Amino acid sequence: MQVETKISINGKDYEGEVEARTLLVHFIRDVGGLTGAKVGCDTSQCGACTVHVDGVAVKSCTMLAVQADGTSVTTIEGLADDGDLHPLQEAFWAKHGLQCGFCTPGMIMAAAKLLEANPSPSEEEVRHGLEGNFCRCTGYQNIVRAVTEAADAQKEGAE
Amino acid sequence: MYPANVAYHRASSVAEAVELLAENEDSKLLAGGHSLIPLMRLRLASPASLIDVGRIAEIQGISVCGDCVCVGALTTHSTLASSCDLQSACPIVPEAAALIGDPAVRNRGTIGGNLAHADPASDLPTVAVALGATIKATGPNGKRSICAGDFFQDLMTTALDDGEVMTAVCLPAIQAGQGMAYAKMLHPASRYAVVSAAAVVTVEDGRCAAASVAVGGVETAPAKASSVEAALTGNALDAGVIACASAAVADDLAGDAIDDVFASGEYRRAMAEVYVRRALTSAAERAG
Repeated sequence: MQVETKISINGKDYEGEVEARTLLVHFIRDVGGLTGAKVGCDTSQCGACTVHVDGVAVKSCTMLAVQADGTSVTTIEGLADDGDLHPLQEAFWAKHGLQCGFCTPGMIMAAAKLLEANPSPSEEEVRHGLEGNFCRCTGYQNIVRAVTEAADAQKEGAE
Repeated sequence: MYPANVAYHRASSVAEAVELLAENEDSKLLAGGHSLIPLMRLRLASPASLIDVGRIAEIQGISVCGDCVCVGALTTHSTLASSCDLQSACPIVPEAAALIGDPAVRNRGTIGGNLAHADPASDLPTVAVALGATIKATGPNGKRSICAGDFFQDLMTTALDDGEVMTAVCLPAIQAGQGMAYAKMLHPASRYAVVSAAAVVTVEDGRCAAASVAVGGVETAPAKASSVEAALTGNALDAGVIACASAAVADDLAGDAIDDVFASGEYRRAMAEVYVRRALTSAAERAG
């Protein structure tokens, strides 16, 4: 069954008929052409597909595109501000918070919401806050360092 | 994997959802989708139609009226976990909700979907049984209330009829002298409960006047631990009494235990005693 669906992704409207079974992540990748969000698992565990739907972190592989009809979605491609990398993107680069990079878009989108809710997280709070995002390369050490660095950078920026 | 082809209908009210359920054979309700969509992706579920109830405003939100906390079926786990009203009126619910999945899962998963899905490894069914919650449902024949103790019948099987929509969950508010706690062994990857225990104790004059304990993850539905409750009632809740009562959970788990590659039935039974003891210890401390 085809359903008329309109979703704003990173400020641009994407509209069309999609099959009802289309997952939001497939809408973002196939209709939006934005391949940052990844499909990593079938079980809602890995978090590689994490995006923001109306400002809330969501696993876009566990939401149908039709459920997101009328919403505003932000993906990793929409995080930089007019070419200036987000502090988390800078910190993942500076601290080498990635190896293969597959988990990174989801990791950064989840971390962005973590820092919004808690601008000064402890290492334990970072690990706890990212428990829905799996990385199979880094052992998480540099990811945690990157998030902590981004938190410090955001605080300095605010001062 | 892509889910199988499916028809989609969006309901704007409970009445419309009931009508759509009646009109569409082999249909499933879709709320947050965090139980159903993974099943559809694995092709363990392939309903002919989905009735999306996720935007129905009348079944969202939390309201406290006297001795009852009414939680709309669409209330998400993150709302449960952060609700000040629930924290003061029924603190075991935010305690358990904060342990469900991960932040993104809690942002979408709902209490109604969670209870209706009735996964034995889930958290809220165990809490609902220990609390003696009441589940409200609306169907073609009107509204009805179902006690949590009668609601969970078997593996992913509840007392809800095919044509019914769960609308709310009514939780009894905490009373003076009561303490409640939830203890859970987390599966390290999925965060589901391998074994969990929910306990509500009422202490009067230094002794346990009433206790309600439920165990999840061991049998196909939450098990009420009536032997544990009997061993507590009338006694001071010290470590010795709690340890002794927790050991009695073996009598309450006499049926077939879930047995899988991660945890054998024998292991789950052994851990049930440990987690009942932990839940009771916290609940007794909180009862003061």
